[in-house]
Amino acid sequence: MTDEIVLQAKGITKRFPGVLANDRVDFDLCKGEIHALLGENGAGKTTLMNILYGLYRPDAGEIWVNGRQVTLHSPRDSIRLGIGMVHQHFMLVPVFTVTENIMLGAETLHREMGGMPVTGWQRWWQTIQLDVLDRQGVAKKIAELSHQYGLDVDPDAMVGDLPVGIQQRVEIVKALYRQANILILDEPTAVLTPQEAEELFRIMNQLRERGVSIIFITHKLKEVMAVADRITVMRAGRVVGTVTPQATDEAQLASMMVGRNVILTVEKKPTQAGEEVLRVEGLRIRDARGLEAVRGVSFSIRAGEILGIAGVQGNGQTELVEALTGLRLPHAGRILIAGRELEDLSPRAILEAGTAHIPEDRQRHGLVLPYAVADNLVLCTYYQPPFGVRSVLQPKAIDSYAGRLIQDFDIRTPSAYVAASKLSGGNQQKVVVARELSRPIRLLIANQPTRGLDVGSIEYIHREIVAMRDQGIAVLLVSAELDEIMALADRIAVMYRGQIVAEVDAQSARREQIGLWMAGVHD
Amino acid sequence: MQLDNESRGMFWRSVLSAVRAALRAMLIPLLAVFTAMLTGGVVIALAGGNPIAAYVGLFQGAFGSARALSETAVWSTPYIFAGLAVSLTFRGGLFNIGAEGQLAFGAVAAAWVGYALPEVLGLSLPPIVHLPLAIGAGIVVGAIWAAIPGALKAYTGGHEVINTIMMNYISLNLVSYLLNGPMKDPDPLNVIARTPLIDENARIPPIVEPLRIHWGFPLAFLIACLVWWLLWRTTLGFEIRTVGTNIEAARYAGIRVKRILVLTMALSGALAGLAGAIEVTGLNYRHELGFSIGYGFDAIAIALLGKTHPLGVVLAALLFGAMRNGATRMQFLTQIPVDIISVIQGLILLFVAADRIVRYLYRIRVAEERVVLTRGWGG
Ligand SMILES: Nc1ncnc2c1ncn2[C@@H]1O[C@H](COP(=O)(O)OP(=O)(O)OP(=O)(O)O)[C@@H](O)[C@H]1O
Ligand SMILES: [Mg+2]
Repeated sequence: MTDEIVLQAKGITKRFPGVLANDRVDFDLCKGEIHALLGENGAGKTTLMNILYGLYRPDAGEIWVNGRQVTLHSPRDSIRLGIGMVHQHFMLVPVFTVTENIMLGAETLHREMGGMPVTGWQRWWQTIQLDVLDRQGVAKKIAELSHQYGLDVDPDAMVGDLPVGIQQRVEIVKALYRQANILILDEPTAVLTPQEAEELFRIMNQLRERGVSIIFITHKLKEVMAVADRITVMRAGRVVGTVTPQATDEAQLASMMVGRNVILTVEKKPTQAGEEVLRVEGLRIRDARGLEAVRGVSFSIRAGEILGIAGVQGNGQTELVEALTGLRLPHAGRILIAGRELEDLSPRAILEAGTAHIPEDRQRHGLVLPYAVADNLVLCTYYQPPFGVRSVLQPKAIDSYAGRLIQDFDIRTPSAYVAASKLSGGNQQKVVVARELSRPIRLLIANQPTRGLDVGSIEYIHREIVAMRDQGIAVLLVSAELDEIMALADRIAVMYRGQIVAEVDAQSARREQIGLWMAGVHD
Repeated sequence: MQLDNESRGMFWRSVLSAVRAALRAMLIPLLAVFTAMLTGGVVIALAGGNPIAAYVGLFQGAFGSARALSETAVWSTPYIFAGLAVSLTFRGGLFNIGAEGQLAFGAVAAAWVGYALPEVLGLSLPPIVHLPLAIGAGIVVGAIWAAIPGALKAYTGGHEVINTIMMNYISLNLVSYLLNGPMKDPDPLNVIARTPLIDENARIPPIVEPLRIHWGFPLAFLIACLVWWLLWRTTLGFEIRTVGTNIEAARYAGIRVKRILVLTMALSGALAGLAGAIEVTGLNYRHELGFSIGYGFDAIAIALLGKTHPLGVVLAALLFGAMRNGATRMQFLTQIPVDIISVIQGLILLFVAADRIVRYLYRIRVAEERVVLTRGWGG
C-alpha cells in the first residue's frame, strides 16, 4: 500500500425520499490497499458504492479519480476510469459460458444504465466484431488473467453450472478484463462458505500485491481484522471514523458501528426440552436436477430445543429445508409434526401446523420486492384475522401490525408503505425475520437467519431465537457459520453429502471435530 | 386545534402525493399517445392528407354532439370490460390473448339465453330474471373457456399465450358454425350469419332514447371499481398479485399457486364474456358474425396503455373508443381512411411497450429504482 490516493469521495450527500442515505461522506482509497467499509444495515454503504460506480448521481459532493475530479453519468464512465464493481451472481447470464459472459460486457452495460441508448453504431459494430472474430482471443486473455492472479476459472464452463463462489470469481475476472484497478466488492462473503471466503481473501491479497485497490464491504468483523489495511465505519449515512486493524479490536469496531456496546456472545440457559415437535424419518429428496441430494436423513427436535445443522453449503441442507416446508416433495421418508404425519405436505398445511420458515434466499422466497414493507410483513398471514376478515383485507390492522414490527425489530425504513426493494439488504432480511418470529408457532425452521445482518441485529435476532426456544418452541437452525451454530444450538448435527454423519450435544462439541466431520473426515 | 391542523395538513399532503404519483404513472402513456398522434399526423401528411383537418374531424366525430358522445360511450363499453379482462391476467403474471374468443363465446351464450331459453322452458321470463340470466350465461361461458388454458398452464405447464391463441381459432370457427347453422336466424329473408333477436325482456334499456348509449356503460365503470377492489382489497387479489409478482414467494407463503392461476384466467374470461354479453343485451340485441372482431385484441393495447390499472384501463378504453368512433366522421370529412386509426393505435402500443423511446425523446430520467442492480445479498 502506498499513500497515493486513487479514488476519493468528498462530501458526498445522497437523499432518497424520507432517508438521508449519505450525509457529507468523505472516503478515500489508496493504491494497493484493501479498504474495508463497515456499518449497520442501512448505514449507506451500498449507496456510496453505487455512487462511486456511477449508478446513482450524488445530490452533492465530488468524486476524484487518480487526482482528477470526475462526473460519473453511468457505469460506463466509471469502467473507463478503471473502476469495477462486483455484485452477486445476478449480473451473469447462466446459460452462457464464462467467456461469453465476459465478452457480454459491452452489452450488459447498456442494460446497466437502464435507460438511454447512449452509444453509436460503432460500439455495436465493435461488439459484433468481438463476438465473431475474437472469441478465442478473449478466452486466451481470460486464461492469462486467471493465471496471473490465481483466479482459477474454466473459460468454457457454463456459468449456471458453477457454484456461487466461482461465479463471483468470474465477476472479478470480468472487471479485470475491463482493466479495472479499483475493485468494489459489496458483501462478497455473505453467500460464500468459509472455505470459499478464504480463497477470495487469497485472491484479494494477490490483487493488492499487483497494485489493485479494493473496497471491501462486509459485516463479519473477523474478516475485516484479517484482511483490511484500513477500516472505515459508517453510521446513519455518515462516516464515524477510519482506523487500522492494528489499532482496534472487534469489540471497538462493533461499538463504533452501532453506537453502543455489543455483546458478541449469546447467553443462554440450559435447555428444558419438552415433547417432540418435529420428527423426520428416512427422508430422501431429489434436487432440481433429479439427483438425490438428501439420502436418508432422520432426526427429531423437541420443544424448547435448538438443533443446529452444520455442514458445508451444498450438502443437502437446502433441499432438506425445502422439503420440511413443503416447497419440495421428498420421494421417501416421513415428516411428523407434533406426532402427526401430515397427509398434505403443502406449504400452507405446514404453515398452519405452526411452522415458521426463514428462507435461505430472502429475495427469491422471502419477499415480494415491489410490495410495501407492510404487505411483506403479512405475507403468510394476510388471510387470517385481523388482517383478512371474510376474504377482505384490513389495511388498518395490517398497518398497525407493521408499525409494531418495524419498531420491535428496528427495521430502518422511511415508512411501512415503502417497497421492500428500497430497503438495504440487511433491512430486507429483518423484514423476513420479523414476520416469521412474530406469529404463534411451535416450530421455527431458520436457514441462514442472519445472512447480511450487522452485528447489532445479529445480537438481537440471536436473543430472539433463544427466547423462542425458552418459550418452548422447537428450532431447526441451518447455518454456514459454524460460530452461529456453536453459539445457539443445543444439539448439533453435521450434514455431509446428503446424510447426517454425526450428531452431538452442543456442550461437549469441539469445533475442530465438527470441522473434520463437515469435511467428510471420520474417525 | 393544533393537532387538528396538523392532521389536516397530513391529509392534504397525502392527497397531493397520491395525485403526484398518479400523474407520474400517467406521464409515459400520455406522451406515448401524443407521440403516436404526431407520427400518425406525419403519415397522414405523407399520404397527401391534412393532419389538422383529420384530427379536427376525429375530435368532432368523437365528442362533437350528444350523439357523438353517446357513440363514443357505446364503443368504449366493450373496451373497458375486455381491457379489464386482459389487465387482470397481467397482474396475475399471465397473458390472456384469448379475450377475443372468450368475448365471442360470451356473446353467443347471452344471445342463446336471450332468444331461446323461454322457448326451451316453455314460459316467458320477466326482465328481472331473463336479463341477468343472459348476462350471467355470457360470464360463465367466458370464464370456463378461459379456465381451460389456465388449467393447462397450471397443471401441465402449457404456455397460456400459445393456448389462448389456439383457442381463439377454435372459438371463432365454432361461433361461425353456430351462427351459420344451429343458431342462425330462421327468418326466411335472412342471409346473414346471425342469431335471432333476443327477447325484449333480456335487453338492457338505453339511458336516453333515441341515443344508443345504454346502462352497460355505467356498469363498466362499476365493474372497473370492483376489479380494483378485488385486486387491492381482498385476500384473493393479494394472492393473484403475489403469484403475478413473485411466484416463488407465493408458494412459500402457502398460496395455492395452481388454483390461483386457473382462477385468474377464469375471472379474466368472465370479464371478457361479460363484454360480449353486454354487446348483445345492450346494443345489438343479437350476435352477428363480425360484430366483435378485434375487441379482444385491442384490449391488449388498452391494458398496456392503462398500465394494467383499472383506472388507467378505463381512460385508455375511452380514448380507443373515441378514436374508433370519431374515425368515421374523419373519413367522411377528409377522405382519410379509418384505417389510419389502427396505425395510430399500433404506434401507441409501440411507444408504450418500448417506453425507452419515449423516455429518450422527452429526456425523462429513469426512476432510480429501476437502475438498482445490487439485487444480491449486499442489498
Ligand atoms: N433506491 C432506493 N430508494 C429509496 N431508498 C433507498 C434506495 N436505496 C437505498 N435506500 C435507503 O438508503 C439507506 C441506505 O441504504 P444502503 O443500501 O446504502 O445501506 P447499506 O449500508 O448497504 O446496508 P446493508 O448492510 O443492510 O446492505 C437505507 O435506509 C435504504 O432504505
Ligand atoms: Mg448494502
